[in-house]
Amino acid sequence: MSAGEHTAPSSDALAGVAGTRFNWEKHVNRLLQVIGLPLIGIAVFLMIWQMGAASIQTSLGQFPGPAQVWDQAGTLVQEHIREREKAGEFYERQEVRNAKKLEKNPDASIKWRDYTGKSTFFDQIFTSLYTVAVGFILASLIAIPVGIACGLNESFYRACNPIIQVFKPVSPLAWLPLVTMVVSAVYTSEDPLFDKSFLNSAFTVALCCLWPTLINTTVGVSSVDKDLVNVSRVMALPTLTHIRRIVLPSAIPMIFTGLRLSLATGWMVLIAAEMLAQNPGLGKFIWDEFQNGSSNSLGRIMVAVVVIGLTGFALDKLMLILQKRVSWDKHATLR
Amino acid sequence: MQENYLDISGVGIEFPTDEAPFRALQDINLKISRGEFISLIGHSGCGKSTLLNIVAGLENATEGGVILEGKEVDEPGPDRAVVFQHHALMPWLTVYENVELAVRQVFKGKKNRAEMREWIEHNLRLVHMEHAVGKLPAEISGGMKQRVGIARCLAMQPKVLLMDEPFGALDALTRAHLQDSLMDIQAEVGNTVIMITHDVDEAVLLSDRIVMMTNGPAATIGEVLKIELERPRDRLALAEDAGFNHHRQQVLNFLYAKQKNPETLKQEAALGVAQESPALATPRATENKLSSEQAA
Ligand SMILES: Nc1ncnc2c1ncn2[C@@H]1O[C@H](COP(=O)(O)OP(=O)(O)OP(=O)(O)O)[C@@H](O)[C@H]1O
Ligand SMILES: [Mg+2]
Repeated sequence: MSAGEHTAPSSDALAGVAGTRFNWEKHVNRLLQVIGLPLIGIAVFLMIWQMGAASIQTSLGQFPGPAQVWDQAGTLVQEHIREREKAGEFYERQEVRNAKKLEKNPDASIKWRDYTGKSTFFDQIFTSLYTVAVGFILASLIAIPVGIACGLNESFYRACNPIIQVFKPVSPLAWLPLVTMVVSAVYTSEDPLFDKSFLNSAFTVALCCLWPTLINTTVGVSSVDKDLVNVSRVMALPTLTHIRRIVLPSAIPMIFTGLRLSLATGWMVLIAAEMLAQNPGLGKFIWDEFQNGSSNSLGRIMVAVVVIGLTGFALDKLMLILQKRVSWDKHATLR
Repeated sequence: MQENYLDISGVGIEFPTDEAPFRALQDINLKISRGEFISLIGHSGCGKSTLLNIVAGLENATEGGVILEGKEVDEPGPDRAVVFQHHALMPWLTVYENVELAVRQVFKGKKNRAEMREWIEHNLRLVHMEHAVGKLPAEISGGMKQRVGIARCLAMQPKVLLMDEPFGALDALTRAHLQDSLMDIQAEVGNTVIMITHDVDEAVLLSDRIVMMTNGPAATIGEVLKIELERPRDRLALAEDAGFNHHRQQVLNFLYAKQKNPETLKQEAALGVAQESPALATPRATENKLSSEQAA
C-alpha cells in the first residue's frame, strides 16, 4: 500500500477493506436490531409500569410493579413444588399403610385413593392448555372438511354462507349458558369420562374456533389455480385424490392462517369462559385470586396475565412450526 | 389413415354475460384423421382456446358436438390430454411425481409398479428430462417445465393430444428446441395432435394442416391449409425451401390481409386508411373453401 498512498488506492483494495468492515458493522447492526431493540422496548415498558404502579392505590393495596410480580412468580413456583411434595408423601404413606394391611391379612381389601390437594397455578396452566387443545382440534376437525366442501362446491357454499355469516360475529360467551345447559342435559353418564366444566369450556372454545378456519379454508380451496384444477379434470382424478393431491397442498397456507387465527381467539375466549363459568383453568385462577382479595392477589393475577400472553405467543409459534413441517414450499417466508 | 377419427361438427358456443349472451364460436366443422397434426391459428381472442377446451371436454358446446372414435365427448378425460400454456405442473410434486400422478390414474390396474416406473421414465426420456426426475418445478427452467408437461400428457397415452400455445411463454431458442423434440416424438409415437399457436413458422413446420380461424365474435374456421412438405422436416433446409415459404405466405396473407387484427382495423378506420400491403395480397392457390361470410 505504501506506493499507493500518494496516488489513489486501487479500487479493488478499497472495496476489500470497506467490504470486511462493512460486513462486520452489518452484523452488529443486525444483532442490535434482533435482540437490542426488543430489549430496549421491554426495559422502557418495565420502567413505565414501575412508575405507573407506584402511583396507583387500590383497595387491595398498591398496584404491583415488576419486582412484586417477579416475587409472586417465585411464590407460585414454590407452592407448586410444595404441593407436589405433599402429594408424594401422601402416596408414600398410602403405600406403606396398604403394605402393612396386606402383611396382616393377604385377603384384605385395600383402597388406593388419588391425592386431592388444591390445584396449583401450574396445574391450572396445564388444564387450560388441555382444554384449548381439545376445543381447537374438535373445531378444526369440523371446520376443515366443511371449508373444503364449501370451497369445492359453489351451491354448498351458498347454502352455508348465511349461517356462517350470522354465527361468526357472535361472541362465544353468549354461547356459554346454552352450552352449559345442553351439556348438563345431554351428558349424564354415571361415570363421566370428562368433567362437565371441562366440556363446557372446550365446546365454547370450539364454537369460536370454527369460523376463522372455516372461512379461510373455503377461500384457500376455491382459489386453487384454475390450470391445476383443469389438469386434475383431464386426468379424471377421483374427488378424494383430487382433494389430497391438489386441493390440500395448494390451500395449506390459507388453512394455516385460519388455524392460527382460530387458536388465538380460542385461547382468548377460554380464559373468559373459565372466569365466567368457574371452570378450572387460568381464568378460574384469576377469578379466585380476585375473590380472595389478599395483598398478593394483584401480583399473582399479573403473573397469570404474563403467562397467558407468553402461552398464546408460544401456541402461535407452535402452529408456525407445524405449518413449516407440512407445507411443501420450504422457502416461503412465514410470519 | 382413418378419416373421421375426431369429428367436430356444427360446434358453437355462447357465454352468458350480464348483457346479451356472447357468441364466441359458430358452426365449426372439422374432421381430423388419426395421426394428423393440426395447428389452430387466429388472432387473439377469436376463440381458439375455447374450441380446444370444447374438444377437451373442459367446456360444453352450446350446439353441435365432438365425436372421438365414434364416441361423443361430454367430459374431460385422459384420452384427450391437454398441454397448457403455463405448464400447470403441481409445484409440490417433483418432475417424476407429476408424471406419476397421471400414470397412476390412467394405468391403475393395467400396469404394475415396475411397469409404471418404466413407463414414466420412458416418457421423461422422450422429452430429455430424465436427468431432473427428483427436482421440483421451481428448480427447473421454463422450457424444462413445458417438457415435463408434455411428458405428463404423452404418458397418459391420449387418443388426441391438445396443446394450447405450448411454447408461447418460451424464448425463441428454447422454442425451436422443443419444436424439434416434438417432431421427433411425433415421428416415434404418431399422436393425433391439435396445437394452438401464434407462430406462423411453427405452424408450417409442424403441421399436416393449418386451421385458420376468423375473428370473433361468432368466429369460425376461415380456411384450412394443407402443408405438403416431406417429413422429417429440417428447419434449416426449409428456411430456403420455396414450398415452405409459400405456405408461410399463405398463412400470413390470411392473418394480416383477410383477417386483420381487430385492433388494427379500428386504428385504420380512425385514420381513414385502408390499403393492403401488396406483398401480402398475392393470390393463393389452395383447396380451401371460404366460409360464406368470408366470401361476402
Ligand atoms: N367463460 C367465459 N365467459 C365469457 N366470455 C368468454 C369466456 N371464455 C372466453 N370468453 C370469450 O370468448 C372469446 C374467445 O376466447 P379464447 O380464450 O378462446 O380466445 P383465444 O383465441 O384463445 O385467445 P388467445 O389467443 O389470446 O389465447 C373471447 O372474446 C373471450 O372474451
Ligand atoms: Mg387462448
